[in-house]
Amino acid sequence: MSDSAIEAAFRDHWGRVTALLVAQYRRLDLAEDGVADAFEAAARRWPVDGTPGNPGAWLLTAARRRIIDRLRAEAVAARKEPLLVVDENLRQEAQQIMVDPGGVIRDERLRLVLLCAHPALAADAASALSLRLVLGIPTAEIARLFLVSEGTMAARLTRAKKKLAASGVPFRVPEDSVLGDRLEMVASVAYLAFTSAYAPVTGADVTRVGAAGNAIRLARVVRDLRPGEPVLEALTALMLLQHSRRDARTDEQRGLVLLPDQDRSLWRHDEIAEALGILAPLLRDEPGGLAREYFLQALAAAEHAVARTASDTRWDRIAAHYAALEAHTGSPIVRLNRAVAVAEADGPRAGLALLDGLETRLPGNHRLYAARADLLARAGDPAGARAAYDVALSLCGNDAERAHLERRREALLGG
Amino acid sequence: MRYLVLIAYEPGAWSEATDEEQQRFTEGHLAFHREVERRARLVAGEALAGTDVATTMRHVDGKVVLTDGPFAETAEQIGGFYLVDADDLDVVIDLCALLPPAYTLEIRPAVSIEGFENH
Repeated sequence: MSDSAIEAAFRDHWGRVTALLVAQYRRLDLAEDGVADAFEAAARRWPVDGTPGNPGAWLLTAARRRIIDRLRAEAVAARKEPLLVVDENLRQEAQQIMVDPGGVIRDERLRLVLLCAHPALAADAASALSLRLVLGIPTAEIARLFLVSEGTMAARLTRAKKKLAASGVPFRVPEDSVLGDRLEMVASVAYLAFTSAYAPVTGADVTRVGAAGNAIRLARVVRDLRPGEPVLEALTALMLLQHSRRDARTDEQRGLVLLPDQDRSLWRHDEIAEALGILAPLLRDEPGGLAREYFLQALAAAEHAVARTASDTRWDRIAAHYAALEAHTGSPIVRLNRAVAVAEADGPRAGLALLDGLETRLPGNHRLYAARADLLARAGDPAGARAAYDVALSLCGNDAERAHLERRREALLGG
Repeated sequence: MRYLVLIAYEPGAWSEATDEEQQRFTEGHLAFHREVERRARLVAGEALAGTDVATTMRHVDGKVVLTDGPFAETAEQIGGFYLVDADDLDVVIDLCALLPPAYTLEIRPAVSIEGFENH
């Protein structure tokens, strides 16, 4: 029972308490260590003493105590760390919050989210830092998500924290004139974590489902703080739709199951319904910029989500969404997805025509050759298909995808 | 905090520019100066002669050795700098966005070294 109390406290309070400690002490490393220590103490104390009436206040008090201990130890060693730029009023407010245990924790998380996703950081560092400081995801888990060792990830996080303080990135919600750009950065940082979970390049794991769920949680936190921002609305809908298929994406042998063969009763229909609800208002007033990219991708994903069977899929509409997306981004990956949709709607020859010339724009991309192979097979050219599968296999590093490509090649007739 | 803004540009970006383009360069700098006056403080700033007249000094085996030219031969050169005193990086980024788009800017916070704070 206390375990779940701690889990709930972790979800509700990690980011809030961290943000308050950052405002008060102006040190990201101290805030992170303080809140981690407080949760460790909670895991020891709460099962014995019972869950406190105000878990957030308890955690904040415990974290402050640990930070004060550390600051004393540092004073002896005369260590000097650059301090984060925090407005003096905000600092004083943060200090006074929750002197009485019945008080409410003020939500400073938006500042924390914007700090972690500051454009002065590289996108992968910003993504990792957001998962660590806003959600409290352990460093080892973040390292697995981004396919690096724990030591490498720890060093990357330390460097990011140091850069934010040393370069004077302020702990502040910026003016409206730049807030839109900064929220786009937050969205792309969350989506980077999501796509990293779904697109490992090598190894036996097809997806790392938990990590994708964390990316959605990150987007939800920001959505709660800034409701109605099109870029976060569209991104949340897109991730919910893609993630809703997670249980149908692999079979018992952990092999990859493609969309047409998936058992649609395994899809999370509550999440699909939520995503469609988020998309509905955007249909009336179509967003621009990065929000438009997520929005159009979400519309394409939604067509799959609402089709009762694979053969009911409205490929003509999906092809139209991808055509709009290609016009908006000029991306060759979008062109590839569009070609696949057009082949479903208008036949393999129409799809193949759209693939022409993509080799130079997508060098070394195994999905391009796999798509070409599938379309050649359907157009009655098994020899051409076999050659294209061979190229795809030589480029693909993911075990499950390779097994799938080999099955397709074996199934070819003649040639 | 004090920030050094290093201005990198392709040699010839100024000399080969048309009158109209040169006018826009000047306007960018003027807009920067106006905004710095309002939101920060300009400590120093200079345009620099080309790296063809730079002299590099190193100590080799206890001796001062001079070489003709810059630290490193690169396509872009440091053409000038500003030293700005501002509250935080976001302010400096806002200000620097006003400078001519042909520049690449490196923004470096200055650090204080104990014992040298007022020198």
